[in-house]
Amino acid sequence: MIGNSAIRKEGRAKVLGRSRYTDDKTFRCVLHGATVRSDVPHGILKAIRFGEGIPWKEFTIVTAQDIPGENIVAAIVPDQPFLVPVGGEIHHAEEPVLLLAHPDKYLLEKARRAISLDVEELPATLDVASSDRVFKEINILHGDVDSIWAQAAHVVEADYRTEAQEHLYIEPNGMLAIVAHGDHQDQVTVCGSLQCPYYVHKALVHLFNLPGDKVRIIQMDTGGAFGGKEDYPSLIAGHAALLAWKAGKPVKLIYDREEDMAATTKRHPSRTHVKAAFDANGLLLGLDVDFTLDAGAYATLSSVVLSRGAIHAGGVYRCPNTRIHARAMATNTPPSGAFRGFGAPQSLFALERHMDVCAAKLGLDPAELRRRNFLKLGDTTATGQLLKEDVDLAGLMDRTLADIGYTEKRKLFAAANETDTPIKRGVGFSVFMHGCGFTGSGESYLASVAGVEGLADGRVAVLAASTEIGQGKDTVFSQIAAQALKIPMDMVEVAQPDTKVVPDSGPTVASRSTMVVGHLVEDAAYAFKQALIQQGFLTEPYAPEVFREAVKRSHARLGSMKCYAQYHNPPHIVWDDKTYQGDAYPTFSWACYAAEVAVDTVTYEVKVEDFVANQEVGRVINPVLAAGQIEGGVAQGIGWALWENVEWKHGRMANNQMTNYIIPTSMDLPRIRVGFLENPHPAGPSGAKGLGELPMDGPAPATLNALQNALGPLRLDEVPMTPERLMDRMEVARG
Amino acid sequence: MVVFNAGRSPFDRFLDLSRLSELQGIEEDATHVSFGALTTFRDMEDCPAVHRHLPNLVKSARATGALAIQNRGTLGGNIANASPAADTPPSLLAYGAELELVSSRGRRRVAYEGFHRGYKQMDLAPDELVARILVPKPQGLGFHFFRKVGTRQAQAISKVCLAAYARIEAGVVAEFRVGLGSVAPVPARARHAEAIIQGAALRALPVEAACTELLKDISPIDDIRSTAQYRARVAQNVLRQMLGELAAV
Amino acid sequence: MAEKILLRLTVNGEPRAVEVFPMARLVDVLREDLKLTGTKEGCGEGECGACTIRMDGRIVNSCLIPAIQAQGSVLLTVEGLATGEEPHALQSAFHHHNGAQCGFCTPGMLIAAEDLLRRCPNPDEAQIREGLSGNLCRCTGYVKIVDAVKAVAEGRPA
Repeated sequence: MIGNSAIRKEGRAKVLGRSRYTDDKTFRCVLHGATVRSDVPHGILKAIRFGEGIPWKEFTIVTAQDIPGENIVAAIVPDQPFLVPVGGEIHHAEEPVLLLAHPDKYLLEKARRAISLDVEELPATLDVASSDRVFKEINILHGDVDSIWAQAAHVVEADYRTEAQEHLYIEPNGMLAIVAHGDHQDQVTVCGSLQCPYYVHKALVHLFNLPGDKVRIIQMDTGGAFGGKEDYPSLIAGHAALLAWKAGKPVKLIYDREEDMAATTKRHPSRTHVKAAFDANGLLLGLDVDFTLDAGAYATLSSVVLSRGAIHAGGVYRCPNTRIHARAMATNTPPSGAFRGFGAPQSLFALERHMDVCAAKLGLDPAELRRRNFLKLGDTTATGQLLKEDVDLAGLMDRTLADIGYTEKRKLFAAANETDTPIKRGVGFSVFMHGCGFTGSGESYLASVAGVEGLADGRVAVLAASTEIGQGKDTVFSQIAAQALKIPMDMVEVAQPDTKVVPDSGPTVASRSTMVVGHLVEDAAYAFKQALIQQGFLTEPYAPEVFREAVKRSHARLGSMKCYAQYHNPPHIVWDDKTYQGDAYPTFSWACYAAEVAVDTVTYEVKVEDFVANQEVGRVINPVLAAGQIEGGVAQGIGWALWENVEWKHGRMANNQMTNYIIPTSMDLPRIRVGFLENPHPAGPSGAKGLGELPMDGPAPATLNALQNALGPLRLDEVPMTPERLMDRMEVARG
Repeated sequence: MVVFNAGRSPFDRFLDLSRLSELQGIEEDATHVSFGALTTFRDMEDCPAVHRHLPNLVKSARATGALAIQNRGTLGGNIANASPAADTPPSLLAYGAELELVSSRGRRRVAYEGFHRGYKQMDLAPDELVARILVPKPQGLGFHFFRKVGTRQAQAISKVCLAAYARIEAGVVAEFRVGLGSVAPVPARARHAEAIIQGAALRALPVEAACTELLKDISPIDDIRSTAQYRARVAQNVLRQMLGELAAV
Repeated sequence: MAEKILLRLTVNGEPRAVEVFPMARLVDVLREDLKLTGTKEGCGEGECGACTIRMDGRIVNSCLIPAIQAQGSVLLTVEGLATGEEPHALQSAFHHHNGAQCGFCTPGMLIAAEDLLRRCPNPDEAQIREGLSGNLCRCTGYVKIVDAVKAVAEGRPA
């Protein structure tokens, strides 16, 4: 079961067009909702004006005044309102101010445009470099980096930057809310496109000031998320629920693409300064990293994005003296949020580009410089985490370089690039890791729970709030439970995430679903089997049919039997939030990615012609689904590296259309070649580690390293390296 | 439709022309290939006469959106939408196309060059329709070149588009037209650059002079898709590439 | 606002008639009036391809078509690919090769793939990639989708 490419559990419904996404569900009496937003990046809301020619009486209108509970989105830092009140401060240009609902979508849109806001504008901070408001600051210190510069044979420093990235899940955000008015308390139900049912649940409990059992959140089939449906859905769900509560009718609030792109979160833009010292043999002596994220207008998840970015800033290298200074800064742009990789792609881009820059300075091949400095069993990371697993980074790198034909191609391309061909080719790579599960003490705080329940027909159901967002969670959980219970997969059902039914297994983020929650599913399954045995329904060994009968009998006798497992931090994992020292993650996944590029010097367009993605992710539970995750992550990484550019205009996204924000089509990508090296790790079920975010970390530095190989020394310091930016760099280099 | 749906359209009255047979069909005679305004990009891609005589138009059609767009989008629509970034106008300019315009007052035939008067401004009265597009069949030894530069390989809006047609006689460029997209408020002819090449011997094309002159033909801008600098430089580079290929004929 | 018109269509082999505004978008007619929610809307501007259907033998973006232009047309949507409970070969292949991840681009992708194989029964990888280039996918990196189409072309969908 484990290690087999079981077919996607919900795949049949998806290919038949029978899956039910949020906008596919409707009611005859449903109202459509719309959001009126501020259109200046900073100011005081003075008044809201309702224009002529609209039958306002037909509309349900919600402002901050209507909110029954707290007008604040419950999050790490409670700083973001659901709606800015009149008299309140507007912090960014897409800030929700007022909500409308009406049965007629067309009239609704007309009405939305007929509302105008009186705003007293205040100076806006739109560039992170000019921000002086810090949301979070982290210092990681290891050794004494300042003592090293004088004695180093080489000191190399440079600046790197990465820009915002839009998730561009193909299904835009949307929610459907129903509020039943009770004698004592209302019952709020929201169905929607989301990653984290219990985040939304918590937000609505505070918004409506209701007990937890009066708020119910149900995940509908979700058309992609990538972090983009982690925190923002709390706002949308709150808005839909407020409208439904006031209207007394179901309300559907579905964003169109333009609104989704403009208003919802993006990957944090970053600025990184890296200074590295090497001895005469190319051994890394010191690393000083200054890492800044543009958090946007509210704190949202920035503190933890920053944390992951900072911890990954030292990469996969042994370094006796490291200083990482990281800050998340406020600006008057829409809040940045979670996006696959969660800060790590930004800091790893800087470091892995810098390693190639250093290799050129030291006169070493980039592979050789890395080889001399790789972390090994028994080494410690910048946070002082002792590596207890036998990681073979050199082996991973050598295999990847062999797969792409690194040595031969470097020779071949160097000769061909000398000719007057307008197409210049190069090959490059990156080596990196991704911490699995929540950072530091995150998993301890979460203390997630997952369960297994016996059903009347003799099958079992996995109970977890983890969401299927395309990654294959339903299939993998089924495989894990089936393996633990020694039954076929079709005897396992995975319950729809519904806060009334499933326990809080934590958010579906941080490459944690398989490793952390999967482990809980495995434990719960074992507990379920033990319970059946202890209560005399089952004896081992057994055939699946015997198991089915045992579950049926237990159900008939005792009703539905549920067994739960809760996360407990293993005692050997120690983390100190104050000093940022200790075991940042239970374990890491490791990878080496290589890219071959062709640059057309007529148009400065870059085509990735070959891509190899090799990784060590512990035991692979489902190779086909795992490869699908890697391929998709690489595609997003190449998109971010070359094309995906958010154009800002006065604090707003100006190219908020699929036509003008360029993600790769099938013609823009090569066949991505994926390989897994298996090294089972005890942190996960059957030795599995996390892999969802890992593929986002490597493509950008690998692609730009390949570009450097194709074009020679150039200031390739930024992603996306669009044709326009590449032209600038090439013209500067030419003089 | 996009604008209408987003609630941005100032119009609320529409006339559906899609079933007018007078506006359909590709016809070929001794001197011209002519297209009904409702000819789709797909129709052009599927038509052997267009492949044979006007290969740049096939390339333009294939470069527009992706197949589902090519199945619906029309040549007349591409012209009358008056986007400077449209992909067929540079080819039409390079081939010296003409338009037949109709209204209740009658028909008139105008050169396509000059039809676009300014950004989204056309030589088209409110009651007039683009009825047909007439493209002269190139005669003799012809050289055809089309290149669209968008950010991706499909579903892209051009940042620079260049189409060229040259007729060669006895090793000399006897006729030469270049059409450009996305580098001016309207689809533009490269008159200055053309003048440098017109009459030159293939063996001694003044390539760099033409690339320099090209800057007089264009007035690119910075927008959300690209920069003026990129558009100017890439237009020159593509012209240089094209002239290199022309010299090798 | 204009008067509604009676729109007659053949959808997935069945004659249908609905009263709709002439400028209603075909995607809305399908999803809201005909309750065929398999067809998705991802962008509303003909860019993502999630709303791809076949109309009178050619694939189109249903978000760009006013109802009046679909009068009398013959449509195929994802719901019409299967024969009863028997999935179309492409549907089986997408299922078995993990060609659908989140599944939101899948209905449009399947219609585009079906169209490609009718036009070009033995496509090479480049032709497959070109044939699907109007359908954006954000989950898969397209590898498994290309594999699924290739498998059907080679007569081994599952």
